[in-house]
Amino acid sequence: LLSVSSLVCCSADEDVDEPNLSRSFSLRYEPDHGGAVGSSQDTRLHVFTVDYDYVQIPYEVTLWILLASLAKIGFHLYHRLPRLMPESCILIAIGALVGAIIFASDHKSPPVMNTSIYFLYLLPPIVLEEGYFMPTRPFFENFGSILWWSVLGSLLNSFGIGLSLYGVCQIEAFGLTDLNLLQNLLFGSMISAVDPAAALVVFEEASVNEQLYMMIFGESLLNDGITVVLYNIFIAFTQMHRYEEIESIDVFAGFARFFVVGLGGVLFGIVFGFVSALMTRFTHNVSAIEPLLVFMFSYLSYLSAETLYISGILAMTACAVTMKKYVEENVSQNSYTTIKYFMKMLSSVSETLIFMFMGVSTVGKNHEWNWAFICFTLLFCLIWRTLSVFALFYISNKFRTYPFTFKDRLIISYSGLRGASSFSLAFLLPVNLFPRKKLFITATLVVIYFTVFIQGITIGPLVRYLDVKKTNKKESINEEIHMRLMDHLKAGIEDICGHWSHYQLRDKFKKFDNKYLKKILIREHQPKSSIVSLYKKMEIKLAIEMAESGMKISKSSTAASQSGRNRHVHRLSPAEVESMRDVLAHNLYQVRHR
Amino acid sequence: MVSLGCFLLPPAPSSNYKKQMRGPRCCLSAFCCKLLESHWNVTVFKLFSSHPLFPFFEAVYLRINNKLVPISELRRRNILVVTVSHSQITRLYSRFTSLDKGENGTLSREDFQRIPELAINPLGDRIINAFFPEGEDQVNFRGFMRTLAHFRPIEDNEKSKDQNGPEPLNSRSNKLHFAFRLYDLDKDDKISRDELLQVLRMMVGVNISDEQLGSIADRTIQEADQDGDSAISFAEFVKVLEKVDVEQKMSIRFLH
Repeated sequence: LLSVSSLVCCSADEDVDEPNLSRSFSLRYEPDHGGAVGSSQDTRLHVFTVDYDYVQIPYEVTLWILLASLAKIGFHLYHRLPRLMPESCILIAIGALVGAIIFASDHKSPPVMNTSIYFLYLLPPIVLEEGYFMPTRPFFENFGSILWWSVLGSLLNSFGIGLSLYGVCQIEAFGLTDLNLLQNLLFGSMISAVDPAAALVVFEEASVNEQLYMMIFGESLLNDGITVVLYNIFIAFTQMHRYEEIESIDVFAGFARFFVVGLGGVLFGIVFGFVSALMTRFTHNVSAIEPLLVFMFSYLSYLSAETLYISGILAMTACAVTMKKYVEENVSQNSYTTIKYFMKMLSSVSETLIFMFMGVSTVGKNHEWNWAFICFTLLFCLIWRTLSVFALFYISNKFRTYPFTFKDRLIISYSGLRGASSFSLAFLLPVNLFPRKKLFITATLVVIYFTVFIQGITIGPLVRYLDVKKTNKKESINEEIHMRLMDHLKAGIEDICGHWSHYQLRDKFKKFDNKYLKKILIREHQPKSSIVSLYKKMEIKLAIEMAESGMKISKSSTAASQSGRNRHVHRLSPAEVESMRDVLAHNLYQVRHR
Repeated sequence: MVSLGCFLLPPAPSSNYKKQMRGPRCCLSAFCCKLLESHWNVTVFKLFSSHPLFPFFEAVYLRINNKLVPISELRRRNILVVTVSHSQITRLYSRFTSLDKGENGTLSREDFQRIPELAINPLGDRIINAFFPEGEDQVNFRGFMRTLAHFRPIEDNEKSKDQNGPEPLNSRSNKLHFAFRLYDLDKDDKISRDELLQVLRMMVGVNISDEQLGSIADRTIQEADQDGDSAISFAEFVKVLEKVDVEQKMSIRFLH
């Protein structure tokens, strides 16, 4: 982190450090040689000097991050608070507080946020973490619906909000007539960037059913990429057509570019993912660099895609998803833990910085308040999200085995929380193209505050009140076995019916995977059954527990297996169930095909 | 032996319900009617009289002994009726005939084993067995459909209808029973340790030692067993899977 912030510091200050360094050194040592230059008044050697400018930027950044971390700790210590409001609320509140302090003391805030810093350093960790920890199977099972919903939902929302706002701007009374169509469309695309991290936390805590969770998760994953693509296209339009009219050929070019950028990003990511998985196959002697490989390859995929103006976000996501499966098999346990926690740490830091900066800029001079624009923005955001949810899901429900009920759709439309992405995009608008940038920033901030605070706080009670269908988290080995049986059964019946479904697609992919990909990308490839991996991990965990606590649990269990017919009922402790659950999530779909 | 013509209608939305009460309707193509007439047999229905399938088509009429009898009458007399949309039945029938290499209108076990993906399915043999009723070696189209009827998705409007009537084959309980029967070969309504071991061995493969597998089986039984008989009864099986979305796991969409 310090390297990142010093990088920030260097790029922001443009090598001011070097002369500073030499200057402060010379100031300290010169007096000893008898006051050569008369500018300095201190001719004695000072035992104690303070030089704040030297460390100002990294110091303040670190302070911010520490402050946010302390706030998070405090937030979770008081156990009632997480139930009431999402974590982002606290972060924004702290940011606003810090902003107030900075504003009051008239201090120059650290230049943490500009375009390159955001897109090069702050955004990638967040995207990487989302992509890496994505539960792949539910994602791909619902892939059609997720794709349909994210892509069309974002498009519908952006254009809907943009066009409606343009309509409102035409009304003379509001004083907004200088906002042309392009600017409104751009604003629409910016504001429809959804950040439902808070909603996801609520869902996880309430254990809502997997389908619902996956829809929101998938949407947040793809939505970032799509919104940024749209944003860039609109900015390109704005730059290109300041003087001319937009021709239809450009609109078509825009569409084509959308697809090229999106699909190109995914392909890039997949290629990089495979390359990095291949690299990790050979690292068993240098396991210390395994996390480095993972991070650097993902980052490289992002940067390479950005070079070609392809969606780096989608590239990084695809890279993480592709890489994860093979990397996890290849790397050592320590590396796996390192990767996991370092990724979480980085993304947490980025998110914190962004939220803090959002809070800081709330209390500042870059605002323009216009009642009409802001109220209508808020209104249109809510209306268009609800409209798009109901319209799109009405269609996609016809093709799903598990159609979404009205309650599900209500929850989905209510969980459209905006967050850091919208704010960043608003903040980074080029002022020369958007003279009323401050208005946009204010409107974005209002929408974010509203959705995060009001919707974020009320979505928990809403989910509980609506009693949405709960998930079937596998808690026991029974469930694992019987569900595997049902999977095989369903696959068999589908084969008998001659029916081609996504199960068969998945099976075919698995066969291809086992035959070719795993042989190339994984070290010693042994087909493993997840039931046995689960059992092995359980035994290891049990042995560790026994060693730590000195209890003789494992003795009775081995006695049970040997006698085969014992009276000791060994009820599984919650710790074991918890470890099984974690292990299941890790080992789940490695079905061995004979 | 009476040959029976069945009118199969697609699932009727509730608004059309009253309309269909009026006159006899035939919504099937001639091909469908002909194919059904050669495969449906009223005496076989009576054997299964305790398990009517989808009892919600009041207005479908059956021709028994050249007389048109409404389905409601049959239900009163506990005779079952199959209800699947007729596009699906033609498709499944063409699949049935393509599997039936001997062209005698029935399938044998060898016909099923010819399906390549089924041969490598760990539970392939047991699934095939589930199609054949007790002691028989041939299954006709009716039996084929009856087994597949377990995998029809459960719809919301089905749940509320006819709570007092007998359960449809695709209810959650019947789906679970189907899965239970895959374990329980000796049909004593219990999954013993040996039966569980056999299925585990099929699903897990040959790399695992018997001892490890035995431990897994023991742990499974310990988790589920509540009455202490070291076996899993159907009730315990249902209880252990109460949080699982069986309806989705054991439903095939195209059978809708």
